[in-house]
Amino acid sequence: MYRIVQKKTLNAQVKLMVVEAPAVAKKAQPGQFIILRVHDEGERIPLTIAGYDRVAGTITIVYQEVGRTTRALGQLEEGDSILDFVGPLGIPSHTEGIRKACVIGGGLGTAIAWPQAKALHDHGAEVHMICGFRNKDLVILEDEVRAASDRTIVTTDDGSNGVKGFVTDQLKALLAEGNEYDVVIAIGPLVMMKFVSALTKPLGIRTIVSLNPVMIDGTGMCGGCRVTVGGKTKFACVDGPDFDGHEVDFDEAIRRSSMYRDEEKQSDDLHPCRMGGLSNG
Amino acid sequence: MADMSLKKYPIPEQEPELRNKNFAEVSLGYTEDLARKEAARCLQCKHKPCVAGCPVQVDIPGFIAKIGQGDYEAAYGVLKSTNTLPAVCGRVCPQETQCEERCVRRIKGESVGIGRLERFAADRHMEKVCEAPIRPALNGKKVAVVGSGPAGLTCAGDLAAMGYAVTIFEAFHVAGGVLMYGIPEFRLPKAIVQKEIDDLRKIGVEILTNRVVGRAETIDELLGEEGYSAVFVGTGAGLPSFMNIPGENLNSVYTANEFLTRINLMKAYKWPECDTPVRIGRRVAVVGGGNVAMDAARSAKRLGAEEVSIVYRRSEEEMPARLEEVHHAKEEGIRLVTLTNPTAILDDGKGWVRGMTVVDMELGEVDAKGRRSTHVIPGSEHDLAFETVVIAIGQSPNPLIRQTTPGLSTQRWGGIIVDEKTGATSKPRVYAGGDAVTGAATVILAMGAGKDAAKAIDELIRSEGN
Repeated sequence: MYRIVQKKTLNAQVKLMVVEAPAVAKKAQPGQFIILRVHDEGERIPLTIAGYDRVAGTITIVYQEVGRTTRALGQLEEGDSILDFVGPLGIPSHTEGIRKACVIGGGLGTAIAWPQAKALHDHGAEVHMICGFRNKDLVILEDEVRAASDRTIVTTDDGSNGVKGFVTDQLKALLAEGNEYDVVIAIGPLVMMKFVSALTKPLGIRTIVSLNPVMIDGTGMCGGCRVTVGGKTKFACVDGPDFDGHEVDFDEAIRRSSMYRDEEKQSDDLHPCRMGGLSNG
Repeated sequence: MADMSLKKYPIPEQEPELRNKNFAEVSLGYTEDLARKEAARCLQCKHKPCVAGCPVQVDIPGFIAKIGQGDYEAAYGVLKSTNTLPAVCGRVCPQETQCEERCVRRIKGESVGIGRLERFAADRHMEKVCEAPIRPALNGKKVAVVGSGPAGLTCAGDLAAMGYAVTIFEAFHVAGGVLMYGIPEFRLPKAIVQKEIDDLRKIGVEILTNRVVGRAETIDELLGEEGYSAVFVGTGAGLPSFMNIPGENLNSVYTANEFLTRINLMKAYKWPECDTPVRIGRRVAVVGGGNVAMDAARSAKRLGAEEVSIVYRRSEEEMPARLEEVHHAKEEGIRLVTLTNPTAILDDGKGWVRGMTVVDMELGEVDAKGRRSTHVIPGSEHDLAFETVVIAIGQSPNPLIRQTTPGLSTQRWGGIIVDEKTGATSKPRVYAGGDAVTGAATVILAMGAGKDAAKAIDELIRSEGN
């Protein structure tokens, strides 16, 4: 059992948890992920590691309550425990030799992009960060992001906070100013990562994306997380989760991410009250 | 005087038309009466040819004699003295190519039903005996076991019995490896595996789930700062193979690993009470001819598929699956589409499977491995309609351990290279066995390897004194 030592609400749907998992915290590195299971009938879901504290033996996760598992997780409070919590999984992000980077976070992806920006910033790189949200109510971690970047642009689709528009428009603007990035790191919805990659590809700017597909074991066994990269099948769990955005077949990834949409919907319809009655732990 | 009837006493089973709709065990096991009758068919040969066919050398005439005498607990004691998991082996061992193949009764008629009798004695023990197994005194040495499948459980059990403090590291949230995620409930009830694992815990084996060795602790750390005297690697063959044909990444194409793990480990057959779903579709194709393919096909049928086809490129005779599994599958209404090889999985236009393009095959000469070669029949290409495709063409060892363990030599295809007798790897103090060494094989071979390694580890540690 893995105790929740801190729980914080970042917006109406997004929560942050600090979880006691010393074996994971000992080895965790930016870009890696964990898999958790909330209760005995629960699904295993992957979540990217948003932070770690080796001394305290804790891992920080940030999640959006969109499905049964994340809603059940949201019902847990500080002091409660998560049944299963395994990691660190996946290959850590490569940040060596980067002097100037543009880090883009889309929605929940901001929580994952932020520690990457922070790691680069701490290593002395110049970091520009663009964070995109649908509206002002969904903005998360704005102060943290500002502290970890030399330049911060927050966008909302409807202009209710920061700049109106999409992250790609802001990236275009930054490039138009003459910024030359060693790398663009884009973490967020598949569609956002697809368009960022499409923008940078003709310009030849190295672009890293982080994928978080459906998976079960996270160790290369099930193959549920397979993704086509450069025409070859890769497993996001062991070959990723970071990939070259110019090589990823995003249309396939988007299609595969919808594989259980009907089941998710049916399950929501069948169990509207289930989460309310869920016991802790 | 032995019972000279030529055939095994039949084992009661659920009727095919009933069982292909439920996940309860197919075989119901011998009653006491049937077990005593079957035991009487054993000739109690002095030279015990059957024992030589058993990878863990169970004293087969010995335990059968005890059943004949009605002393079932003594029969269990004989089994358990060399076999850590008799209730499992009685169900999933390929007896027909091992002990039973060498049974003298086969010269005229059928062999003694050794597997059925093993299962009877083990089940009887589980039902009737509830005393905790004896916990041995500790000798002060620690051994780590990576993976909790048949090889790891056996190695851990043997070492614990010798007095070692054994810790098993398991990546999944439950122990048991392929016995839990791979083999379906209807062939191997999970409660039986759980009971065997609980017994190991009772004799002092510590099992740490959710621990991926290589990602969390490495083998070097286990041998170094963690203070283990030796490590046994029994990580199995978990990496699924693909056909490398167009369409393999379409929605509702599964590897057998994913399909079976969703169903067995994550209990997708109980969806929506359990959270993990699985897509079945009306027509399911399972590509492959091994036990895993049979398991996947029979599971699909139980989950309501109207039509389930095993698509295999050779003929039924060449199928690597156990005869009994093929027989059960056919009884349950699984179609065998043999001498047929897929060349593409077809898109319905929205990214989901609508079928496969296949070619007809013919068998040619016997090749160096003793298998008949296959040739495509020119002009035979045609399409078959399916909504789900499960790829069950094999697995190879997971690369994580070899990628994170310097000094560990492996074969080009990924198998860990070991000394056959001891399981010793190229790296001092590291032993390996089971599918991680051999590639996908049987439960009992993995157990045999775990046993050999336990013995070798004990010898190594004792040779160093205290």
